[in-house]
Amino acid sequence: MHAPIIAVEGLGKRYRIRHEAGPRYATLRDALAARLRGLVRPGRWPAADRETVEDFWALEDVSFAIRQGDVVGIVGRNGAGKSTLLKILSRITEPTRGRITLRGRIASLLEVGTGFHPELTGRENIFLNGAILGMSRAEIGRRFDEIVAFAEVDRFLDTPVKHYSSGMYTRLAFAVAAHLDPEILVVDEVLAVGDAQFQSKCLARMRTVADHGRTVLFVSHNMLAVSSLCTRGLLLERGRLAVAGDVETVVAAYQRSGAGAGARVRRDNRAGAPLFIAEVSAVLDDSPQGHRLTVDAVLADVGDHLDAFVAYDIVAASGICIMQALPTQEGFLRAVRGEHRLRVEIDLPPLIPGSYRVTMWVGSHYSQTLDLAKECVQFQVDRSPTPGRTVPHTIDHGQIVPRSVIRAHDVVAAAAGPEGQRS
Amino acid sequence: MDELVLEAGRAEAHYWRDLWRYRDLFVFLAWRDLLVRYKQTVFGVLWAVLRPLLTMLVFVVIFGRVAGLPADGVPYALIVLGGMLPWQFFATALADSSGSLVANANLVTKVYFPRIILPASSLIVSLVDFVITLGLLAGVMAWYGYVPPLRVVWLPVFVLWALAAALGPGLIASALNVKYRDFRFVIPFVVQFGLYVSPVGFKSSLIERSLGPVARLVYSLNPMVGVIDGFRWAIGVEPALPPAPVILSLATTAVLLWGGIRFFRRTERGFADVV
Repeated sequence: MHAPIIAVEGLGKRYRIRHEAGPRYATLRDALAARLRGLVRPGRWPAADRETVEDFWALEDVSFAIRQGDVVGIVGRNGAGKSTLLKILSRITEPTRGRITLRGRIASLLEVGTGFHPELTGRENIFLNGAILGMSRAEIGRRFDEIVAFAEVDRFLDTPVKHYSSGMYTRLAFAVAAHLDPEILVVDEVLAVGDAQFQSKCLARMRTVADHGRTVLFVSHNMLAVSSLCTRGLLLERGRLAVAGDVETVVAAYQRSGAGAGARVRRDNRAGAPLFIAEVSAVLDDSPQGHRLTVDAVLADVGDHLDAFVAYDIVAASGICIMQALPTQEGFLRAVRGEHRLRVEIDLPPLIPGSYRVTMWVGSHYSQTLDLAKECVQFQVDRSPTPGRTVPHTIDHGQIVPRSVIRAHDVVAAAAGPEGQRS
Repeated sequence: MDELVLEAGRAEAHYWRDLWRYRDLFVFLAWRDLLVRYKQTVFGVLWAVLRPLLTMLVFVVIFGRVAGLPADGVPYALIVLGGMLPWQFFATALADSSGSLVANANLVTKVYFPRIILPASSLIVSLVDFVITLGLLAGVMAWYGYVPPLRVVWLPVFVLWALAAALGPGLIASALNVKYRDFRFVIPFVVQFGLYVSPVGFKSSLIERSLGPVARLVYSLNPMVGVIDGFRWAIGVEPALPPAPVILSLATTAVLLWGGIRFFRRTERGFADVV
C-alpha cells in the first residue's frame, strides 16, 4: 500500500477579524497616529480607539488522507472553509496549525484566466498563463496546438483578448489549465462559467485527467457535477470535517445538512456594507394547496446608502438557481441608523421533494449590490406536488411539476384499411 | 517522488529551489510588462528618452550656465546625463517594484509562486527603458565629439549595482504597500528627495571640495552616490574613483538588499491574507 498522496493532519487556519468599533490600521497614517497618541498619553486610550480583535477559525482540526487516483469532491455551505482549504493546499496561504504532506506536483485552478492580460493576444496569454500556473516554456510549447484546438480560438490567436467574447475568453483560459499535467489537480468552481456544452467538455476533460491516474480535488456547489465526476467526498461544516467517504454518502449528507428551517447570523460585516443582511430564517408552509415560503430577515443599516430593495434566489440542491422572487423593485428600504426587520412571503411553484436553499440579495439598483447572503438558509420540501405519486421524483425531469389539466380529449377511431389512404 | 510538507513557518524550506523552478515565470512577467508598456503607449520609447533629455537641458542651463558649477573640462551635459540616467533608472525601478505586489494582487491571491519574482521582474521594464536612454547618451557624446575611454566596459557593473540598490528598498516598499495602502505616497517623496541628495546635477567631488573629506564619506552612505560616481567614472567624465566612498556605498546597498530580502521573506506568507 502506497503512502497517501495528500495527508492532512490537524489542519487549522485562523483569521483575525477587526471589529468596526475600533480603527483598522489599514493605513500607515492611522497606525503612526495611534502610536503617537499612545506615546503622548500612555495607558489612556480613548475607549473608541480600542480595537476588538476576534479570532475566526476558518478551518479547525481537519485531518484526512487522499490516495493517488482519487477524485475527491469537497462540498459544504458557503463559509464552511472549502476555499481556505484549497488556498492552503495550493500554498497561497500558510496553515496556522497542523501539517500537510504532498507527494507530487500540485497545480491549482482557483479561478479561470488568472493573470490574463486584456492587451495581450491569445497566443501571448497562453504562454503567460501557462507560466503562472507553473508550466515551463518547453511544456507550453509542446502542448500549444492541443490548447488552441481545445479552446477553439485558432482564428483569433493573434487578436488581443480584450476583443474576445466572454465565451472565447473562458474557453481559452480553461484550455490552458486543462493541459497542465500535475500529479494533483485542485479545481475550484471554475465550471460555474461558460455555456452548458463547454461545461460538459470541461467535465469530460477532468474525467480524462482522473482516468490517467491523476488525483483531482474538486470544489463545487453543483452536486450533479460532484456525483458524476468524483469517487470520494469531503463535507466541511463550519471549518470542520463533517463527513469523509464515498461520494454518494457525502452528497447525501450535504443535502440533508441543515434540513428544515434554519436561522443564521452573519456576525461580521467584513465588506463594510452600509446595509447588510445580519440574520435570515426561512419557514415553509407545505400545504396541499401549495408551498408558501416565509423568509424573515434582519438587515443592519448604517444609514449611508440609496433606497434599496430585496430579491431572493431559490437554489436547488444541485446548486442550480431555479427562480428568483422579487417582491418589489421600488427602493423601500430607506437609509436609517438601526435595523430593518423584514418578512417576505413567497408562493412557490409545485417543487419536487428535496432540499432548497435561499440566497438573499439587497441592493439599491439591479447593478448595485449592497449585500448578498449566498445560500444562507435552507428549507425542505417533503410532499410531492403530484398527490398519490409513489415513484420518486428525479431531477432528470426538472425541479418543478407545473399544474396541468386535460382540457380536451376526443377519441377518433382509426378507419379500417391500409395507412396512407387518407387524403 | 517529491515530498512537500506545508506547515506554519515552513515556507522557507524550498524557497530558493522554487525560485529557480519558477524562472520562466520571471521571464514571462517581465515580458508581459514590456509588451504592455510598449503596446499601450505609442510614445513608450519616446517618453523614455524625452524625460532625461528635457531634465538634462534644464540642468545644463540652471547649473551649468546660471550657477556656474565647475565641469573640469568635459561637457557639462555629459556630467548631468552621467548622473541623470542612473538616477532615473533607480527611481523608476524603485517605483515599479514597490507597486508590483498590489498591482498583481489577483495573482498573489490565486496562485502560488515565490512572491519575490514580482518586484524583481518589474525591474526589467526600467532596465529596458534605461538601455534606450543609453542611446541618448551616445547621441549626446557624438554631438560633442566625445569618445569615452576604454573603461566604459565597466558600465554593466554599475548598472547591476543600480538594480541591487533599487531592489532592496523596493522589496521593503512593496511589502509595506500591501499592508498600508497609503505607503505608496511615500515613494514619490523618497524619489524626489533622493534626487537632491544624490550627485545628479553636480559631482561628489564638489562635496569634498566645499565640505571636506568626512562629509564626502557621510554622503557616500547614499547607495546612489557610488552608482553615479562609478557611472561617471566609466564614461570618463569623472577622472578618479576613490575607493573609500565606493566601498561605503556598496556596503549600504548590500545592507539594504539583505534587509529587504529578509523583510520581504518574513512578511510574504501573509500577503495573500491582506492584499
